Amino acid sequence: MTPFIDPWWLPVIFAGLMGLSILLYVILDGYDLGVGMLTRLEKDENRDLMVASIGPFWDANETWLVLGIGLLLVAFPLAHGLILTQLYLPVVLMLVALILRGVSFEFRAKAPPEHKPRWDHAFFAGSLLTALCQGYMLGAYVLGFDQSFAAVLFCLLAALGLVAGYAFVGACWLIYKVEGELQKRAVRWAEVSLWATALAMATISIATPLLSERIFDRWFRLPEIIALLPIPIAAATLFIGLAIFLRRPLRAKDELSWVPLATAGILFALGFVGIAYSFYPYLIADRLDIWQAAASPEALSIILIGALFVLPVILGYSILSHWIFRGKATHLSYE
Amino acid sequence: MDAFDPLILARIQFAANISFHILFPTITIALGWALLGFKLAYNRTKDGAWMDAYRLWVKVFALSFAMGVVSGITMSFQFGTNWPGYMEKVGNIAGPLLAYEVLTAFFLEAVFLGIMLFGFSRVPNWVHTTATLLVAGGTTLSAFWIIVLNSWMQTPVGYEIRDGVVHATDWWAIIFNPSMPYRLIHMLIASALTVAFLIAGMSAWRWLKDGGGEGVRRTLKAAVYAAALLIPVQIFVGDLHGLNTLEHQPQKVAAMEANWETRSHVPLVLFAIPDEAARTNHLEVAIPSGASLILKHETAGVVPGLNDYEGDHPPVGPLFWGFRIMVGIGVAMLALSWFAAWTIRRRGVDAMPRWLAHGLVAMTFSGWIATLAGWYVTEIGRQPWLVTGVLKTADAVGPVGSAMVASSLTLYLIVYSVLLTAYIAVLYRLARLGKAAANDKPMFPVPTIAPGPAAPQEEPA
Repeated sequence: MTPFIDPWWLPVIFAGLMGLSILLYVILDGYDLGVGMLTRLEKDENRDLMVASIGPFWDANETWLVLGIGLLLVAFPLAHGLILTQLYLPVVLMLVALILRGVSFEFRAKAPPEHKPRWDHAFFAGSLLTALCQGYMLGAYVLGFDQSFAAVLFCLLAALGLVAGYAFVGACWLIYKVEGELQKRAVRWAEVSLWATALAMATISIATPLLSERIFDRWFRLPEIIALLPIPIAAATLFIGLAIFLRRPLRAKDELSWVPLATAGILFALGFVGIAYSFYPYLIADRLDIWQAAASPEALSIILIGALFVLPVILGYSILSHWIFRGKATHLSYE
Repeated sequence: MDAFDPLILARIQFAANISFHILFPTITIALGWALLGFKLAYNRTKDGAWMDAYRLWVKVFALSFAMGVVSGITMSFQFGTNWPGYMEKVGNIAGPLLAYEVLTAFFLEAVFLGIMLFGFSRVPNWVHTTATLLVAGGTTLSAFWIIVLNSWMQTPVGYEIRDGVVHATDWWAIIFNPSMPYRLIHMLIASALTVAFLIAGMSAWRWLKDGGGEGVRRTLKAAVYAAALLIPVQIFVGDLHGLNTLEHQPQKVAAMEANWETRSHVPLVLFAIPDEAARTNHLEVAIPSGASLILKHETAGVVPGLNDYEGDHPPVGPLFWGFRIMVGIGVAMLALSWFAAWTIRRRGVDAMPRWLAHGLVAMTFSGWIATLAGWYVTEIGRQPWLVTGVLKTADAVGPVGSAMVASSLTLYLIVYSVLLTAYIAVLYRLARLGKAAANDKPMFPVPTIAPGPAAPQEEPA
């Protein structure tokens, strides 16, 4: 079939869709993985409640990863192969970790009670390892797959950074979804992880332009720098604002308990926009741009038609699901 | 063949991943519809026994679904980590098909699964039933897209090659490629049979233990009837699928039959040890002219042999044996399900002889084995091609070294063995916890939240 829009735009649109999927994944499964890591800090009833708070959502949240990586696969087949062969080991470890995390959900509730602690361990370890691997991959990607010692060190820092980031958004999710003493502890976790997240975001933001002249130019040339300044200023303001918000006692009747989660989402989006701006139009830093890597315009058009129809529907029923399971988490039941 | 050849390792890894993965969709595709059936039966009769069955099997569904999702994600990454040549060559066709699977099926299943599992008390009953319908529909839709892609790789049409890359020319032809309808129907019925024997086997196991409750008897009966009805249809569809393969991939059928020479009066080989080096069979036991009769519907029919495809045909041993395992299980399914259905119809579930119930227990996972054997035949039967006539498997493999692939393969195998053991153990645990006849205690702790729209704890009829 003939493309119905200028073929120049197709890779741009798909890069946008892919970016949106990955951003949604990082925020949505980010809170799942964060809660998974935080389960280590609680026991029994509270741990069950934490798991229950993400029970109806995690599967759909993880599907954004399938869509994001699927769009990379189908829209930019060349980049998919290059990126994933470079990241072979962290990808394999992440997949094993995702497997453990996903099945532990089911097994911890259905295996004999004496095995439950083991699946709880697997759930925690799976969540943690997934976060570490994804952070490592983010670092490796930003550096263009440099294998030097310093680069590996940077990747390890990025891995810890994403662990902090996911723990942060997970804690914010719990502030929104639980109540009482557990909610108060979630506030503490959010306060601590907030600063670790801010540090990680600042490190990556400073390191990226220093590593690439092209990216440095994109950020620090006039007049771009004036147009871009709002991004770091907004991020810093939100971090400080949220830190102040969290230090004050919780509001009566649970008012504004959604604020930390929304702020965390915006912060992730700002960080994402920063990275996307640094890289665009490259998929692999300075080597492969989106037009070089794209599949044929015919193939992209036929996917785009489907995506334009289906994505709003997906967003619609994802919102429906969050609405059905709105309010404070209760212990899950098949009844 | 070097055992540490990265190509062989990558193939073993893909085979291990996809073999593990397909176990779970094979269950969820049909179990979704079975659950919808239980739910509709409950809506109609308000009989708690159907809801007992629903609650037990929805747990099996949830567990199987989770196993399928996480092992499926592994597949989508493997295209890039191990087989980058595949998407580079045929990405323009495989890409849209995979994208449509994610867009139309994955999200549908994943979102409504949450409502189906945990929403019974939060939404009106009709919304819960609709969620069950959408999940069942989603799993089937997902099977449709992936079978379309697999069938296109077996019998590619509707494309042209420009600058060494495949481009689609006719999407209608690509989707409805020659082998797709046969493979899709064969797989959907395979899933139904797998679930029927799983439910029958687990219910029979529970029935042997302590009789189970009314829910156990209901599901046992429904599963045995479904199996008895479906297995002849499956044998018929399988035969059509075989004839379709003969038309489009004759070398595959030649290897399945271990037929080394093109000739008439080809015997139907029941047992043999195919010898690839000497290009002959040892210890052959065969029905004279049988294969000619089945494949060409006349004893003098000329059937293509492997000599026409020397150097370009799949390995004979795995296809020959895989095919016989699949057909053998099919025959056993036919015999057992018909006998059990006949007994239950005449004398009821509780009058079933114990040996028959033991037979059903023994066949609990037979569907898995038959499905795997069948897929091994069809996938190994495509070799040495990844996409028939377009892309050789060896040309798609990535640059990752043997040591790396060997490590990841070992890791996957360990994880998969642990999970498979845990999965089967949990199935039996759930079957054991199901409601018993004499005991009216609910199967699962009653939640403290408001009861659902229909009181679920009624006396069984």
